[in-house]
Order: sequence, then C-alpha cells, then structure tokens
Amino acid sequence: MSYQSDDKGYYGEFGGAFIPEMMYPNVHQLQNCYLEIIESDDFRQEFKQLLRDYAGRPSPLYYSDRLSDHYYAKIYLKREDLNHTGSHKINNTIGQILLAKQLGKTRIIAETGAGQHGVATATVCARAGLDCIVYMGALDVARQSPNVEKMKMLGAEVRPVFSGNKTLKDATNEAIRDWINNPVDTHYILGSVVGPHPYPDMVARFQSVISEEIRMQLLEKTGKETPDYVIACVGGGSNAAGAFYHFLDDPTVKLIAVEAAGKGVDSGESAATTQLGRTGVLHGSKSLLMQTPDGQIVEPYSLSAGLDYPGIGPMHANLFVTKRAQFLSATDDEALRAALYLTQKEGIIPALESAHALAALEMIEFKPDDVVVVNVSGRGDKDMEAYLSYYQSTK
Amino acid sequence: MENRITSLFKRKDENILSIYFTAGYPELNDTVKIISQLEKSGTDLVEIGMPFSDPVADGPVIQQSSEIALRNGMTIHLLFEQLKEIRKSVSIPLILMGYLNPVMQYGIEAFCEKCKEIGIDGTIIPDLPLEIYETEYKEIFEKNTLSNIFLVTPQTSDERIKQIDSLSTGFIYMVSSSSTTGVKGAVNEEQISYFERIRKMNLRSKRLIGFGIYDKASFEKASGYANGAIIGSAFVKALEDEGTETETRVKNFVQKFY
Ligand SMILES: Cc1ncc(COP(=O)(O)O)c(C=O)c1O
Repeated sequence: MSYQSDDKGYYGEFGGAFIPEMMYPNVHQLQNCYLEIIESDDFRQEFKQLLRDYAGRPSPLYYSDRLSDHYYAKIYLKREDLNHTGSHKINNTIGQILLAKQLGKTRIIAETGAGQHGVATATVCARAGLDCIVYMGALDVARQSPNVEKMKMLGAEVRPVFSGNKTLKDATNEAIRDWINNPVDTHYILGSVVGPHPYPDMVARFQSVISEEIRMQLLEKTGKETPDYVIACVGGGSNAAGAFYHFLDDPTVKLIAVEAAGKGVDSGESAATTQLGRTGVLHGSKSLLMQTPDGQIVEPYSLSAGLDYPGIGPMHANLFVTKRAQFLSATDDEALRAALYLTQKEGIIPALESAHALAALEMIEFKPDDVVVVNVSGRGDKDMEAYLSYYQSTK
Repeated sequence: MENRITSLFKRKDENILSIYFTAGYPELNDTVKIISQLEKSGTDLVEIGMPFSDPVADGPVIQQSSEIALRNGMTIHLLFEQLKEIRKSVSIPLILMGYLNPVMQYGIEAFCEKCKEIGIDGTIIPDLPLEIYETEYKEIFEKNTLSNIFLVTPQTSDERIKQIDSLSTGFIYMVSSSSTTGVKGAVNEEQISYFERIRKMNLRSKRLIGFGIYDKASFEKASGYANGAIIGSAFVKALEDEGTETETRVKNFVQKFY
C-alpha cells in the first residue's frame, strides 16, 4: 500500500480537488505542471541552493541529553525553529515562489494562522519582488502580533478576516475568494498539506527535506538512518508530512501525529480532528473534518493559532484510518508545560504548535534504546505573551 | 430528460428571470412565503440556497444571509420539511443550490431521492466538480430527473465548455465575470466579448447569466446574450429591508424587472 497520493491527488479515499469552476483553470494548470516543474534539474538546484544559503538548511538534529535522561530514551530534536523566519514554513514558500515565477504570476496571496506561514510568504515575496497579500483571522492578528508587524515590514499587506471564528479556517476562505476574484495574475501559496490536489502532495514534497535530512543526520550520529519514533504536531499537517515523508514506507518507524486538544477533547473547545471529525469536504479536498451532523463546519479551538483548524490534510486522514500513524492530542496546558520544560532544560523556546509535539513525550512508554525524533517545527518568539502569562501563573 | 426546467425553456427562451435566495433568511420559516410570492410576481425559476458555514464562492451578502440562516436553525432536513407540500401551490421550476459537504452528510442518493419526491428539478453544487459528478453521481441525479447545473466562467476553455454542454440537462450557468457572488458593476466590453464567444459556440444547452446582475438594465443587457439571467445578492439584500412584510419586499423587488 502506498501512503503517497495517486495521480488524481487521492490518499486512499481522501484528497481530490473539490473546487468551484472559478478555480478550475488555476488548479488544473498546477495539476498539469507541478511535477514537471519541481522535479526539473534547474528547479531542484535552485530550490536546494536557496534552502541552504537563504533558509540556513540543513537544520540541526540536536541530541537532547536532558530530555533523554528525563524520558529514558534517546531524544533528538529536529531544529526547524532555527530556519530563517523561525519555522518549517519557509521550506514550502521557497518552493512555491519559484513555481509562481515560472508560471509568470505577479501577485501572491496566502492565509496564515500563527503568522509563520504569512511571514515566510512575505519573506520570499520581498526577495522575489512580488506583491503579497496575507489573509489572517482578526483573532490571530491580535494574538500573534509580532508576526503581523514583521509581515508589514516585509512589505506585505495583512488583511484581517472578520468572518466565522476569525481564525485560520476563515482566513483560508478569504484567500480562496481572493483567488476566485483574481484568476489570472495571482498564485495562492497555501501553507499546509490541505486544499485541492496538487497542494497536499506539492507542499509535502517541499517539506520532505525535513525527513531527508533526518535520515542523513541519524546515519551520521547513530549509524542507522531510521529512528523508532518520529513525533510532530498537526495543524493542517505540513511539518508532520515533511518529518514523516521518507519514513512512510518503513513500518519499523512509528509515526506520532499530535493534534491540539484545546481545553480537552470533550470540552467543546478543541481542534482534535481525528477524534472529533468525520469525512467531509472543505477547502477543496475530502478529509476528516469537525462538523455538525448537518455538515456545517464546527469552529475549532486551540490556544495555538497554527493548530486551530477544523480539518487535517488528506495524507494524514489516510495515515489515521490505515493506522499507519498514531494520533495523540495535547491540551493547551500540556503544551504550555512542555514548552516551559524545554525552555528551562535546554534553553530552547519552542513555538506553541511545536510544544504539542513535545507534550507527547509524556504520553508514550519508550524503551531506553529507542531513538526518538521530535520535530521542533518553530520557535516561540511569537508566543511570548501566552508563555509569560503561563509562566507567571506557575510561580 | 424532462422536468420543469426543460419545459420552461420550451415555453419561453428569452428574458428568463431566475432568482436566488438563502433558505432560512431573513426568518427561518420564510421559505414557502418567498417562493410563492416570487412565482406570483412573475419569476420564471427559483434557486433555493442551502446555507453553508463556509461558502467560498460567495461574497459578503450571501455569506451573511447564510450565517443568519444557520443561526436561525436552517438545515437540509428542515428545508425538505418546509418544502414538503410546495408542489400543491407552486409550479415554476425549483433548484436547490448549496455546497457539497452538507449534501454529502445528508447522503447524496437520499438527497436526490428526496428532491424527486418533493418536486425539485435541479441542483447547483459549485464545489462538486464535473469529473466527479460524471463518474460518481450522474446516474443518481438523472434517475431522479434532477438537472445538475454547471458553471462556466470567462476563464473556462472552449473545450471544457463543450464537455459541460454535453453533460448539462437543464441550462448552463454563465458566471458573468471572474468573481465571487455579489460583485456588481456595469456589463463591460470584456464581459460582452465573453458572452459573444459563448453565444457563437452554438451550444445545445440553454444559458443563464448570473453574478453581479442587480437591476433592470443589467438584467436586460445580460439577457441579450443568453436566455435570461440570475439575480442573487441584490434580491437577498432587498429582503433585509425591515418594516415591510416579506411578501411586499419580494413583490416590490421583482416588479422592477418588468
Ligand atoms: C511553528 C508551527 N508549527 C506547526 C504549524 C502547523 O502547521 P502544519 O500542521 O501545517 O505544520 C504552524 C502553523 O502555523 C507553525 O507556525
């Protein structure tokens, strides 16, 4: 069984391209040309070079002595937080901006939750000299303000979105509407492995550099390319897709995806899609979705803006139903505790999203020889406000 | 296939006035009232919107009406309940328009069967693409004499328009410009050359032009290039006028087109 998408963008029963006709020409063009473009030698060479010289890759794989002692396993941290712009999101935006240029597009739009994808998009647009408009839920504009300021300084226009819960889902709706209204000159840089085919596969390919590097780095450090566990948080699922990618077909590697439980899976304020969702269609693909019995999308909740989304990408829905990956969830409090712990034991302040992956270390019984890789998808600068109020409440 | 849509076009093939509204808006139980008054006032065809929480092809007016309709408690089950007896009093063609997810949760086959039972003639489901319709659902729709209506836009290639034409059993919905619903503006040169291009293709299907049609002038202009036109946001907006009876608002609005 393959865990990759087929040529119509299906992962098992999930995926596809459920789009209104207004989006058809753009999406169809991408479907037809994305593989040819991104697999070409010129593209690969430029992409690789930018990842190295501009984004600072490879990101280190850091052996954490203190977490290893604490959890009785060999814990490695994949340091996506050290990338330029502070998260894994830059891997995807570098790829997509090169693609957009080849397609002759002059205007870039994006959605963002935590603002990391927005900053990563604004960054590559500044470098490419392209107009950049970022849609961001009004609630997220307020709770991730450092990133809003960065996007503005980078020359992007940040458009707050006031519909729905004013978070990531609503920003995505608005970006789609923009694309419908600007079908000729605009490329939509989607920030996760969601959306219509080919986005899930395309974004996963751009992020797959994470697991490509993990394999090489593990080989160098341990003499073996594969770990026992890879742990990553899942909003839409792009950092997890990248961290899992080159291990998907190796059943000896346990894949752990961590969703945001918010205030608790059963609290009514949660974003744990695999536990709360059913199969449905949103934002152009069929996947697991949090929804009412009537098929209205339920507003999710997580303290972490990047995980505050009512669905997961179709690749992950398939990994869940086939049981190839195990899905866990961490609450706001568990994530905050894990973030503080890493900060105090290792001097690394992780993003609140990544803190959900770290929180999963508490939930798994490891054997002492287990090699565990946790993907630290981003850094916590943007989350200082949430961290400070938590930190003060614990003193 | 024959239904009220095909017989309408046999009877009349110009200046067809088609009007959209969102079920459950402004009030939950306005549905039958609005449809009946639309028919009485001379509307040829009615599109009943099934509200969805995330209507990506819609502009602010229909977004807002959908949000209010959902808050009022509208669901597909309730809508079918409201429409149960509609064919005792209304004879113009009725089309249900909405996004795929709520229909999928209802069950597509069950949905189509219920439509037939009630006397619904067609559906518009913008995010159900042609390819998936053709391979998975066409038979179910046709068995229930439902015309699924497809959209074309100024960006749709001739080749694809021909494909859409061959799969259409009701009419082709020509989106007037590249936009979400409710963006209005005078019909411009670019749109006219698009309308002309399609007219010259001599399609077998009838065509209605929608999106951005809002008054008599834009209706007449659009109708000049097709079999008629569709009004959505402008009507939904007119329904929000407080202080008069819903029927009066409907009547006053439709009158402006004659
Ligand atoms: C640091 C970080 N990690 C994870 C995510 C979640 O996205 P994904 O699941 O696509 O990796 C975000 C999204 O904003 C993020 O900023």
